[in-house]
Amino acid sequence: MSVAIAANDPLRVPIAYDEEVVKKFTIAAMFWGLVGFLMGVFIAWQLAFPILNLDLEWTTFGRLRPVHTSAVIFAFGGNALFATSLYVVQRTCRATLFGGRAMGEFLFWGYQLFIVLAASGYVLGITQSKEYAEPEWYVDLWLAVVWVAYLIAFAGTIARRREPHIYVANWFYLAFILTIAMLHIGNNVALPVSFFGTKSYIVWSGVQDAMTQWWYGHNAVGFFLTAGFLGIMYYFIPKQAERPVYSYRLSIVHFWSLIFLYIWAGPHHLHYTALPDWAQTLGMIFSIMLWMPSWGGMINGIMTLSGAWDKLRTDPILRFLVVSVAFYGMSTFEGPMMAIKAVNSLSHYTDWTIGHVHSGALGWVAFVSFGAMYYLVPRLWKRERLYSLRLVTYHFWIATIGIVLYITAMWISGIMQGLMWRAYDQLGFLQYSFIETVEAMHPYYVIRATGGTLFLLGGLIMAYNLWKTVKGEIRDEQAFERPIPVAVRAAE
Amino acid sequence: MEPTEFFQTLRSLWVLWLILAFGIVLWWAYRPKNKKRFEEDARIPFKDGDGD
Repeated sequence: MSVAIAANDPLRVPIAYDEEVVKKFTIAAMFWGLVGFLMGVFIAWQLAFPILNLDLEWTTFGRLRPVHTSAVIFAFGGNALFATSLYVVQRTCRATLFGGRAMGEFLFWGYQLFIVLAASGYVLGITQSKEYAEPEWYVDLWLAVVWVAYLIAFAGTIARRREPHIYVANWFYLAFILTIAMLHIGNNVALPVSFFGTKSYIVWSGVQDAMTQWWYGHNAVGFFLTAGFLGIMYYFIPKQAERPVYSYRLSIVHFWSLIFLYIWAGPHHLHYTALPDWAQTLGMIFSIMLWMPSWGGMINGIMTLSGAWDKLRTDPILRFLVVSVAFYGMSTFEGPMMAIKAVNSLSHYTDWTIGHVHSGALGWVAFVSFGAMYYLVPRLWKRERLYSLRLVTYHFWIATIGIVLYITAMWISGIMQGLMWRAYDQLGFLQYSFIETVEAMHPYYVIRATGGTLFLLGGLIMAYNLWKTVKGEIRDEQAFERPIPVAVRAAE
Repeated sequence: MEPTEFFQTLRSLWVLWLILAFGIVLWWAYRPKNKKRFEEDARIPFKDGDGD
């Protein structure tokens, strides 16, 4: 059907899309993904067995944790967003990349330099100690330059589009790029102590600094890890399912309501702190309202399969994409619930938060990226199909079991931890010392680390599969299940 | 009323303005006249000239 429409399209002309840059970003996403997952697995085992800190300052949990978070969010997720956004914007605008090959090279190498500068700083102890914004001033300045170039490349490509309408995926990508520029610059207004030194101080202090930090931090979740990846959802699910999105009108409402609401949700990170009560309540209310756009978007993504549910059985790539949206629905149900002050008084500072973050990060962000990368690699390298669809299926199930182990262990561990902290005996003394709560969590830390190890194993299978695909090999294999034509089924 | 005072009154009603803006979005998206064009816009990913 789509072929027929394309053939009738008078605007149909072969366009030499800039795909070199997309290839590079895709390879980088796979590479940094493995680095980030490995770091996560290592620090998870450190929590279970502290001897793995190795008694060296460079390998302590405190220094490797930001290496893990930055590697998975900014290196894996960031490179996946660069790759998919530059692919999608060219194709849905039917225009080549603004700035051409030179722009692509600058964006790619500029962004990789940012990653290396940031990560090497963490290991050496250079950090401004703001969560998800740890890089010091010189790295922040460099990232600002690269990011503005990204904005120019993306907006420039849209400006010279041949398609009159800007497809909804590009709205989400553009909101992501624009808002991250604003957040990054706003949260890093810092004065270096000396010109050649690495240390700097943020210009505001106290509760103003905390509020700015979580205005940044929560919108990093909202615009980097949500809006950007929703751009992936709105392009790659329709393409892989070979049908347009369930409701384009709903996607418009989804976009504007998400953009309106997310920016106000940050204060829920500062419940029961020095932040004024009205600001805490405001953050809570806006977080709860976020249920609406989140679930609207989830319904839109999943219902795109309406009438073609059987594809989930036979197409493991589509399964990655659709299950990612299901995880998106689950974690965006959990998030607003945890933003309610009464719930937060139990969940805050416990492992529950870590479990919540990972159901979003592993289930939503990583799965939707995996799906998009499995889609992209055979097309970018002009291969008939992936090396092996069976390996995709193995990856899917191993990673899913890993996620389930991870998040259930953290739910139990986190709620137990919260309950132990608030338990009093009949004389009004705390019932448990802190170390008792730490000891009680040990088994769950082992389960969590096991889940993470499975997730890493899935990533290794994926890297092998993609590498073989790039080399042009195709594994001789039968699909697990093949759709049986109706006529044959009737005859049986 | 001083102009600054007037603008402060407008500013304090920010929730109202956002709701109005959102109402316009809803009206635009679900206007029956726009049904057909949005159905066509949803097909943009299939018009990239690759035939797939």
